[in-house]
Amino acid sequence: MMIIIAPGAVALIAAILAAAISIVDKVVNNYGEVELDINDGKKKIKLDGGESLLSSLAGQEIFVPSACGGRGTCGACKCQVTSDVGPYLPTETPFMTKENLADNIRLACQVKIKSDISIKIPDELFNIKKYDSIVKSIVDVTHDIKEVTFDLQGEEINFEAGKYVQLVVPPHGKIKGSTQRAYSMASKPGEKDIVRLLIRLVPGGIATTWVHTELKEGDRVELVGPFGDFFRTPTDTTMVCVAGGSGMAPFMSILFDMLDTGELDREVWYFFGARTVKDMFYLDELRELEKKMPNFHFVPALSEPEEGTPWDGATGLITDVLDKYLKEEIGTDKKREGYLCGSPGMINACNNVFTANKVSLDDIFYDKF
Amino acid sequence: MAPEIHPIVLLFASVFTSNILLANFLGMCSFISISKDMKSANGLGLAVTVVLTITSMLNWVLLKFVIIPLDLIYLRYIIFIIVIAATVQILEMVIDRVSPALYLSLGIFLPLITVNCAILGVALFMQIREYNFVQTVVFSFGSGIGWWLAIMALSAINKKIEKAPVPPALKGPGITLITIGFMAMAFIGFSGMLSVQ
Repeated sequence: MMIIIAPGAVALIAAILAAAISIVDKVVNNYGEVELDINDGKKKIKLDGGESLLSSLAGQEIFVPSACGGRGTCGACKCQVTSDVGPYLPTETPFMTKENLADNIRLACQVKIKSDISIKIPDELFNIKKYDSIVKSIVDVTHDIKEVTFDLQGEEINFEAGKYVQLVVPPHGKIKGSTQRAYSMASKPGEKDIVRLLIRLVPGGIATTWVHTELKEGDRVELVGPFGDFFRTPTDTTMVCVAGGSGMAPFMSILFDMLDTGELDREVWYFFGARTVKDMFYLDELRELEKKMPNFHFVPALSEPEEGTPWDGATGLITDVLDKYLKEEIGTDKKREGYLCGSPGMINACNNVFTANKVSLDDIFYDKF
Repeated sequence: MAPEIHPIVLLFASVFTSNILLANFLGMCSFISISKDMKSANGLGLAVTVVLTITSMLNWVLLKFVIIPLDLIYLRYIIFIIVIAATVQILEMVIDRVSPALYLSLGIFLPLITVNCAILGVALFMQIREYNFVQTVVFSFGSGIGWWLAIMALSAINKKIEKAPVPPALKGPGITLITIGFMAMAFIGFSGMLSVQ
């Protein structure tokens, strides 16, 4: 009898408390109808208060970038709030520069709409769409990186090479809520009907584990985008690109776009670092590209080459290889720009190499992930 | 049977002689981490006092009318924790609506009260010592005030320490722990006056 009474009593107490929380939530978090004014009256929306600005905008099909899915950990969903929404939360301040604070820039995921609110967002955000795609193919390019191609089912995506989309990960297994993760597009802007992503398995990662263990060809997946401000400048400056792992993605898009659009005069150096041969990929495609683009130089480097495994590329840390080439191979007679895509550690280390070689921080563009 | 302790005595004992923090060493983590700033320490002390008083009352009712009659004493931990977690969640929503300024000053530390062992400790003391309802209210309120008093005292001492010539190796958590040790010793001085067991 106790086997039934004991869990029953605990369940009943928990249910009563859950009901109490639910009732308090309904009563206390009821802020009534509020007005959201975007860009000085360009768009005015009536909605129910109590939700975060990020989710309220998403509910209106206006997608502010958010790589962490609204948890306040990526700092991507910044937007200017021109009405009073109270002081900054401790979760916002680490992401704010002095200029951000002066301009009242806030994290949309942390601002709760309690009364009428006015915001300013870039006009291009109005062009961001949600795509209902189907997984066209999944290819293992290394032991831990998959190339996933999504068919947009007749819809078209217009983007500049280097931008990213957010993959909507549905609830699965123990993950009860939907979440979003950002991935740079490896497909080129000319391929408007597909999106190709390179997704490296991150141990314990919600999205990457789902992609690597559950996603199948033919599955329906939502994508939101395009986002980002990582793209090549419209100049003839020498581009010095550095990537590691799935940081390959935006450079595949940029390089193939340059080939497609006939941008062949610009000098491009591309350094790609991996640990061992089994972490290296797309070598044939990039070697082929070198033949077609006379001013493109591809420098793959292994930091931990295994004995007995043939390798004819550079060896050593990518930063050391970059330093050597910046000093000995890449001419300093023309202005150089750095383009980096990879982990914060790699980007910081490369920044030091660039600045030591007289490349200004203002001329270094990066996509940290 | 509830011990015959006058509520005023119990209140004095729970604030001073049997201070939940400095005599029983419960709720130390938030005590150490929030004591750097007086405003936050004050807010957290208030929140702990409110949560302690409310949860102890709820837990006493459940103990008296559900846990003991159904012979579920072995489930008291899980029941007490569920009540504490739910109360903190409700309180969080109410504070956000009623006093956004206090909500902001408490930040992440308000939900962390859920895992403040002083809250669970008081609920267990109330059960072990067989307090009646009035004694429970007085004891939990007094314990909250005692915790509040201790964190404000440490916060004030920390203000002084900021300008003191502390040896570099002891700066930060080192000198804080030594300070707490001295504070605990000072409070032991009260223990001969009254004791509640």
